[in-house]
Amino acid sequence: MSMKATRVAYGEWLAKAGDKYPNIVVVDADLSASTMTRGFADAYPRRFFNVGSAEQNLVSFSAGLALGGKRVFTSSFAIFETGRAWDQIRNVVAHDKLNVALVASHGGFSCAADGASHQALEDIAIMRVIPNMKVVMPCDSEETVNALDAIMEASGPVYMRLRREKEPNLEKPYSFRLGRGEVMRDGGDVTLVASGMLVLNCLKAAEILKEKGLDARVLNIHTIKPLDEGILVKAAEETGAIVTVEEHQVIGGLGGAVCEALSENSPTHIYRLGVRDVFGQSSRTMGELLELHGLTSEKIAASAENVIKKRG
Amino acid sequence: MSIRSLTVPELEALSRKVRADILRSIYEAGSGHPGGSLSSVDILLTLFFNEMRHNPGDPKWSMRDRFILSKGHAAPALYTVLAECGYLPESSLHTLRLFGSSLQGHPDALKTPGVEVSSGSLGNGLSVSTGIAAAAKLDGKDIRVYCLLGDGECDEGLVWEAAMLAPHLKLDNLTAVVDRNRLQIDGCTEDVVRLDPLSDKWRAFNWNVLEVDGHSYLQLFQAFGKAKEHKDGPTVIVAKTVKGKGVSFMENVAGFHGKPPSKEQLDQALRELEAE
Repeated sequence: MSMKATRVAYGEWLAKAGDKYPNIVVVDADLSASTMTRGFADAYPRRFFNVGSAEQNLVSFSAGLALGGKRVFTSSFAIFETGRAWDQIRNVVAHDKLNVALVASHGGFSCAADGASHQALEDIAIMRVIPNMKVVMPCDSEETVNALDAIMEASGPVYMRLRREKEPNLEKPYSFRLGRGEVMRDGGDVTLVASGMLVLNCLKAAEILKEKGLDARVLNIHTIKPLDEGILVKAAEETGAIVTVEEHQVIGGLGGAVCEALSENSPTHIYRLGVRDVFGQSSRTMGELLELHGLTSEKIAASAENVIKKRG
Repeated sequence: MSIRSLTVPELEALSRKVRADILRSIYEAGSGHPGGSLSSVDILLTLFFNEMRHNPGDPKWSMRDRFILSKGHAAPALYTVLAECGYLPESSLHTLRLFGSSLQGHPDALKTPGVEVSSGSLGNGLSVSTGIAAAAKLDGKDIRVYCLLGDGECDEGLVWEAAMLAPHLKLDNLTAVVDRNRLQIDGCTEDVVRLDPLSDKWRAFNWNVLEVDGHSYLQLFQAFGKAKEHKDGPTVIVAKTVKGKGVSFMENVAGFHGKPPSKEQLDQALRELEAE
């Protein structure tokens, strides 16, 4: 499996897209070497704006560029871009349906060593709640590229969460479409639902479950909003047991979104794996944090067995 | 349809009508912001009738100059001036804040022709204006961007983030105007959080700073003229104004920031504006 960070895929896509789409401009807030917008900055210096470490200005200035007719890609760390500039995102970009793609890096536990201040564990919730906003979390670097292509074909605001670390590219038996969930592995005993790199841990968990004679379905919800309710209802009806898996608070994130959709349409036994209403903490390796919050393949498998038991 | 430049006496006469229409619409709405609407009237009329290139018959004309109302609570003033220009039917002013109306309590770009961007949450307008001006520069497009800020709004940190960026980008197509009426909701700007020396602050941020009487058309004409001549950086016009301007009992009264007039107050205000 080839390894690449989703943020690196973004940087490479931007540098190429600059030629294909002369209308693209990029705005960063003093993190271009980390968000990987630096490549675009070097190739197209006039079309790159660095606003300094000023996230409110990052977003409202981007809104102005969009009003001036540009397709704007706006980048910083997930925690700062969504938290510091939420008012600007809600009241300007989203309300006025502007063509601003908020592509944020270092989502989830990406910033493991940096600690609670840098770990974005609420970003999906606070972006998802805003009208007109699309929320995308690709599972690997290939899907990042496909999602960016799709964003260019669509219009309006979008939030895309990327990660810092190198990750493997998964086998994907589908062509990417915004707003469509995907079956990564079929199964009838339980459904594991994830976004981003945790899709991989779910696939590994499915292998563990298989050894125990349990057949797990794995869904990749790369677009958390608009949510593919159909694929979730089908999974609920066919497996009756669901585990959501996210590098995010279980309140308001993917787990929340799945529960909202299913409790209205097909109430089902669900367990939400993720961060349970606590802040993050430093860790020199991300693995310890994934372990603590139950996001390893072993713990996902154990949670799946529990939900199956509950379902009966 | 293009806009005919007005003479000073014409502007003065129109300003009285506009002030009366603003108060009527806020009275009918039962809520709204009269004080900061009245202080900005002369700045708005100067921009829309004598300064900006725009076409009410084609609100999205690509070569129009852009106006951004950062102090969104002055929406009734903007709507009234837009109606005078022909962007909106004058009758629509009676629908301010009404359910289903295109005239929202604060400007909504999706609902009202002539409104470039939605506002209401303070501090965003200058940053948005900086982005529009930067996009125009990038495209070599000869348009100017005007942004009206409140002085109380200058408490917002984002104003100064944008104030740092615009000179850095050498945006001489950008002109900001601060409606310096010295009052905000909780009282005098200098008592809430001291702003003075306000012009020095903008100078320190590398802006070309002009100070004018924001109710003197001649001074406003001159200042906008100088702003256009200034190269390699943005200009800010600190316009000294009177909150509640034109109505004796509203002038310099913080209490009329966000309070509509009673029927008696409206009648008296209309008598004063018509008597002038």
